[in-house]
Amino acid sequence: MAIDRRALIKSLAVGGTAVAAGVAPAMAAERKAAPPGAMGMLYDATLCIGCKTCVVACKQANDMPVESAANGGLWDAPTDLDSKTKNIIKLYRDGEQESFVKQQCMHCVDPGCAAACMLHSLHKDEVTGVVMYDPTYCVGCRYCMMACPFNVPKFEFEKAAPKIVKCELCRQRIKDAAVTGAGGFTRYPMGQGPACCEVCPREAVIYGRRDELLAEAKRRIAAWPGKYYKDRVYGEVDGGGTQVLYLAHVPFDKIGFPDLGTQPVPETAYAVQEGIYYKVPFLAPVGLFAVLGAVIYRNRRADSVGAAEKEDKR
Amino acid sequence: MSSHAQVHVAMGGRLMTRPFIVLLAIAGVGAVMAAVRFFYGIGAVSNLSNGYPWGVWIAIDVVVGTAIGCGGYAVGILVYILNRGQYHPLVRPAVLTSLLGYGLAVIAVIIDLGRFWSLWKVPVYVWRWSHSPQLEVALCVAAYTLVLMIELSPALFEKLRTGTSTRLRRLAQTGLTLVEKNFVWILALGLLLPTMHQSSLGTMMLLPGPRMHPLWLTPWLPLLFVVNCILIGYAVVVLEATFSAAAFGRPRETTMLASLSRIAGWVAVGWAVFRIGEAALAGKLGYLNSGYGIAFMAEVLLPLAAAAILLSERRHQTVWQVRGAILLFLGAALHRVDAYLVAFRPGSAFSYFPAVPELLITFGIIAAEVAIYIAVVKTFPILEGPAPAKKTL
Repeated sequence: MAIDRRALIKSLAVGGTAVAAGVAPAMAAERKAAPPGAMGMLYDATLCIGCKTCVVACKQANDMPVESAANGGLWDAPTDLDSKTKNIIKLYRDGEQESFVKQQCMHCVDPGCAAACMLHSLHKDEVTGVVMYDPTYCVGCRYCMMACPFNVPKFEFEKAAPKIVKCELCRQRIKDAAVTGAGGFTRYPMGQGPACCEVCPREAVIYGRRDELLAEAKRRIAAWPGKYYKDRVYGEVDGGGTQVLYLAHVPFDKIGFPDLGTQPVPETAYAVQEGIYYKVPFLAPVGLFAVLGAVIYRNRRADSVGAAEKEDKR
Repeated sequence: MSSHAQVHVAMGGRLMTRPFIVLLAIAGVGAVMAAVRFFYGIGAVSNLSNGYPWGVWIAIDVVVGTAIGCGGYAVGILVYILNRGQYHPLVRPAVLTSLLGYGLAVIAVIIDLGRFWSLWKVPVYVWRWSHSPQLEVALCVAAYTLVLMIELSPALFEKLRTGTSTRLRRLAQTGLTLVEKNFVWILALGLLLPTMHQSSLGTMMLLPGPRMHPLWLTPWLPLLFVVNCILIGYAVVVLEATFSAAAFGRPRETTMLASLSRIAGWVAVGWAVFRIGEAALAGKLGYLNSGYGIAFMAEVLLPLAAAAILLSERRHQTVWQVRGAILLFLGAALHRVDAYLVAFRPGSAFSYFPAVPELLITFGIIAAEVAIYIAVVKTFPILEGPAPAKKTL
C-alpha cells in the first residue's frame, strides 16, 4: 500500500507538471487579429443627437417586434437591449456632462460569446468577422450571455421556443458590392449595409472596413486634439479589440464600456481548457485514466492475493 | 469484491409512508411548474433575465447537485486508489446518491435549456465541437451518468438473479460477470470523468471573468472546484450513512465515519489555507471589507469550523459527525452558489432573486432525489448488512 501511494503521488506529480507545461504556453498563445476583410462601425458620441432613427431602422431591417411595455402598449419605445431590440440609444447625464451612446453587438475580434458556444451556434465569420447566430445548433444554455462583457446577447424568455437575439451587423442585407469613394474610403450602396448607419442624419455612426474606420477615428482625434476622451478609440485594443469602434467626449466606463484591458475575454478560460485538453490532444485525461486504471488494478490484485492468503491460513 | 457484494441487501418495508408521500407531493408541484415552463417559456416561471441568464436552476440544481453526486467519487478515490478497503460498505449507497445527483442535474439542465430539443446534437455533431469548457462539462456529465448506471447495475442484476424467470436470471448473471470483468476500466472512468468535468465547471466561470468579483476570479478555479466537490462528497456520504442508519434502524457506521471525518477535516483545512493563500498572494484581501468579503469568509470559516469538529475527538460521536458534515456541506456549497450567482455582476440595472415557481422546481428536484433514494434502497440491494425490514420511514 505504501508503494502504491508513492507510485500514485509520483504519477500525479508527473501529470500535474504535464498539465502545467501545457497551460503555460497556451497562456502565452498569440492573440487573434481581426480578419483582413473585417467589417465594423464607428460611432462618434460627439455627433449623435439621440434621434433614435437608427433604433427604428434596425427594427424595420430585422423585422423586430415592438417593445411598448414602458408606455402601456401604445408605441414602440424600448429602454434597453432585449429580445425585441438589437440596437438602442441611451443618454448618460452627470451634472453638466452628457452624452448619448449607441449599444449593439461590438463584434469582438475574439468574442467571449462564441468561445462559450458549444456547437458554434454563435460564430465569427472568417471573412467579415461578423459574429453570427444560427439557432439550428443552439440549445438555449445562455452561456453566451454570461460570457459577453458588454451584456449584448439577449434571450426570448417569454417564448416556449426561444432564440438568442443580437445584432448581426445586418448580414442579411450586406452584399459584396463596394464602391471606392474619395480618399480611398470605401462606401457601400444603400440597402447593402447596416440599417442604423444608413439612416443616421449626422453620420454619427458609419459602416465600413475596420481598418479604414480605425484610420478615420484617428484622423478625427488628430484633427481635434482634446475633443475626445483620452484621445482614445474604444475597441482598438480593448478586450482584444472590437470591430465596432467608439469615440466619445466622456469617460468610456460612464457610458457602459468596461475597462477590459487588452486581454481578449476568452483568454484565461481557453488557456486553461486548451492547456489541459488540446495542447497535446487529450494527454492529461488519457494519462490520468491510465494511472487510475493501473492503481485500481494493482490494489485489486493485492486485495485478492491477500484474501487468498487468508483463506490458506484457515 | 464478491465477498462484499453478497451482503448488500434491500431494506424492504412499506414504500408509501407519510414522509415519502410528502416528498412525492413536493416533487409533483415541481413537475407542474416545469410543465408551465415548457408551455409558456422560462420567463413564465422564473425571475431569470437578460442580466441574470443563470439562476438557482444552474447554481443549485446543477452545480451543487452534481457536487452532491460526488460522494461516489470521493469514496471511490479512498477505496480504490488509496486502497482503504474498510470504507467499501459506503461505496454502493454513495454511487446511488451520485447517480441521483447527476440524473436530476440532467433533468434540471433540460428544464433550464431554452432549446432543450437540440441537446442531442451536442454529442452527435462532433465536427461542430468548440473548445468551450461547457462542452467538456456537457459531454463528461452525460458520460459519467452512464458510467454511474453501469457501476450501480450489479444492484439490479443481484435483484433479478433472485427472480423466478430463468431467462432473466441468466441475463442478470451475464450482466454481473460483464461488469465484474470490466471493473477496472469502468471504475477508472468513474474517477476520471468527475475530475474532468468538476474542474471544467470551475474553468467555465473564468469566461465571464470581466463581470466576476475578483475574489472568485482565479485561474485556480478548476482546482478549487475539484477539491470542493470532494468536500461535498464526504459530507454527503456522512449525512447519507447516518440518515440510512436512523431511517432503517441499521447499525451505525460511527467508527468508519469517524475516520472518514478525519480525512474530510484535513481536506477542509487544505481548502481554507489554499483559498486564503491564493487571495493573499493575488493581493485580493482588500476586497474582504465588503458584503462579498462576508461570503468569501463564510466559504473559508464554515469548512474550518467543520474541520475543528472533525479533527477533534468529538468526531467519534454521531451527532458531531452530522454537525461537522452539515457545516462542511454549507461552506463548500456556498462557494459554488457564490461562483455561479453571487460573484456574477451584470451591473446595477439588474437584480435577481428566484421566483416562487422557480424555487418550487428546485425543491421538487431535491424532493424527487430523496424519494427515489428511499424507494431504491428499499427495493434493491444497496446498503450492507442484515436488514431488520420491520421499521419503516
